[in-house]
Amino acid sequence: MSTRITLAKGLNMGLRKAMEDDPKVLVMGEDVGKLGGVFRITDGLQKDFGEDRVIDSPLAESGIVGTAVGMAMRGYRPVVEIQFDGFVYPAYDQIVCQVAKIHFRSKGFTKMPIVIRIPFGGGIGAVEHHSESPEAQFAHTPGLKVVACSNPVDGYWMLQQAIACDDPVIFLEPKRQYHADKAELDETQAPEPLFTSRVVRTGTDVTLLAYGPTVKTALKAADAAASEGKSVEVIDLRTLSPLDMGPVYDSVRRTGRAVIVHEAHVNLGMGSEVASRITEQCFYNLEAPVLRVGGFDTPYPPSRIEEDFLPDLDRVLDAVDRSLEF
Amino acid sequence: MSQAEFGPDLVKVFGPSQEDGGPELVQLLTPEGERVHHDEFDLDFSAEQVRGFYRDMVLTRRIDTEATALQRHGELGIWAQLLGQEAAQIGAGRALRPQDYVFPTYREHGVAWCRGVDPLDLLGLFRGVDHGRWNPNDNNFGQYTIVIGAQVLHATGYAMGMQRDGVVGTGEPDRDAAVIAHFGDGASSQGDVNEGFIFAASYNAPVVFFCQNNQWAISEPIERQTRIPLYQRALGFGFPGVRVDGNDVLATYAVTQAALQRARDGQGPTLIEAYTYRMGAHTTTDDPTRYRLSDDVENWKLKDPIARVEVYLKRNGLADGGFIESVKAEADELGVRLREGCKALPDPDPKAIFDFVYDEIPQELAEQRDAFAAYHASFEEAH
Repeated sequence: MSTRITLAKGLNMGLRKAMEDDPKVLVMGEDVGKLGGVFRITDGLQKDFGEDRVIDSPLAESGIVGTAVGMAMRGYRPVVEIQFDGFVYPAYDQIVCQVAKIHFRSKGFTKMPIVIRIPFGGGIGAVEHHSESPEAQFAHTPGLKVVACSNPVDGYWMLQQAIACDDPVIFLEPKRQYHADKAELDETQAPEPLFTSRVVRTGTDVTLLAYGPTVKTALKAADAAASEGKSVEVIDLRTLSPLDMGPVYDSVRRTGRAVIVHEAHVNLGMGSEVASRITEQCFYNLEAPVLRVGGFDTPYPPSRIEEDFLPDLDRVLDAVDRSLEF
Repeated sequence: MSQAEFGPDLVKVFGPSQEDGGPELVQLLTPEGERVHHDEFDLDFSAEQVRGFYRDMVLTRRIDTEATALQRHGELGIWAQLLGQEAAQIGAGRALRPQDYVFPTYREHGVAWCRGVDPLDLLGLFRGVDHGRWNPNDNNFGQYTIVIGAQVLHATGYAMGMQRDGVVGTGEPDRDAAVIAHFGDGASSQGDVNEGFIFAASYNAPVVFFCQNNQWAISEPIERQTRIPLYQRALGFGFPGVRVDGNDVLATYAVTQAALQRARDGQGPTLIEAYTYRMGAHTTTDDPTRYRLSDDVENWKLKDPIARVEVYLKRNGLADGGFIESVKAEADELGVRLREGCKALPDPDPKAIFDFVYDEIPQELAEQRDAFAAYHASFEEAH
């Protein structure tokens, strides 16, 4: 029953399954047809579902999202592909002013079951605008739900769950992981609900929080820390809006220490909100301030030095040590 | 050394952006109330139809003047006036079939009237009790959109949905459908409007782009948005454009009906530039005396959309004084209903802030709502 798949394959299979299950599901975006998307996530879908359901769009992001809004009003469930994170901004107005607000504005008469898929994060040696992490800008917007997958199995299930959701979902995919590690997918194994975080490694000394591309880094850091006798618990947040803080509070109440890791800029990033909530809810359990590790508060740098910008194993371990020493 | 030639002077080819409508203006009823004919867009109108247009325009103008007065009395926060644009909106609104779908701006009170939306629902938005309480699917009339031009993309996407639903070009009059996207001359500069044109052209979507060129985007004249007549832009996108006298309800109806039918038949988009004038302010917060000449306004008063129909009806014996009086009486009744109804619109429950943010409310937001409710209740207990 089970197969070994990459994240790219998991997302592709998830899309295919959603399109098979519901004829109202459409895929829209630049190069999603014959090419199968620049990352091949929509590979083969146009051939099997036709040009009416897998729509190569003109090169205009606001147009893609704005027409998806109209399709949703007509009863369709568009899955929009934004080619790269840094190209979502032309659609920002449609996402923030329309996609996010139409259900509220219309008192629930008009639903917006749109999924906006965004390959995000760096580490692929790209030119400017191809390595960004804009999640906080969407998590800050009421009316949107924001999730980030970190592995092939979650990619398969979370995408289907996002498509089935009647609220608009910003779906973040760690592009560096698309064709990296394979994992075992058992389609008979029922998934967890979409808007939940998950403990992916248990530990007792420090709670390490991550999502998307930094989950892998966090797990490596936990391995390395273990070799030094430090027990690190790793939580994959998975959902950024709403946040699922229950498992985080449970963990921090046990460990008394928390470190959050993301590629996005630290200033007003997801880590700021998570740290604030932990402080409010776990104040008397904390042995150290909640620490944040992330991209610097600079534009994303040229790729030859991007690994210095990105939170790597050493910077995460350094934060873990600082937390333990506090 | 002579300079390189880059084609002809476009203003010489197309004419300037504003030339009192220009030679290609489609007109069926002159400002003096004289019925004239047009080779392409002429229609036979029954007396009953023209009387209907007259009634619609008078009642729409009454909605506008009552709402303006209600704002002055402090009952509305703001009102976007349509004075002078009644013919453009009634002509476009009455050309629709029930299965067609409208994407309005925030000024489409006349189109809303044609679609059967209660004018009180419009007042609710401008009073601030909600963002528009009508269900768009009840009358196929979308919500008012405040962001300039955003709805043009929604209209195009909706039309693409119609194509996928197989309700375009079937030849069945009650089945084939089209979308009309309303916007203004200011919006024609927006990226979303231009992207809407591109998507519609690319997919041959059944959408009519209906631009009311009322000459002003708040204080900026049409020359700030375009050097050539707006309808000419359609050619560059690959579909036809036509300029109609937007103060002529007959011509606007005829042109819009033809464009809608073209869309329903599967022949794709059309741009209509309804050439009109914003007689009032942009909204009740605006002061047009700061930026335009009263001479212009006086000239446009001579082209009033309602007066010319009244002259036409009377002169041709299509309506008597009794009809004109009965419409006036109906407008008076509507005025009373709006004045009383507006003041009676209840303020929403503050807890409604949390309603419908999501289809499925997240736990964290539900907790915020419940905490707010408890906080609110604590004041009541204190009494």
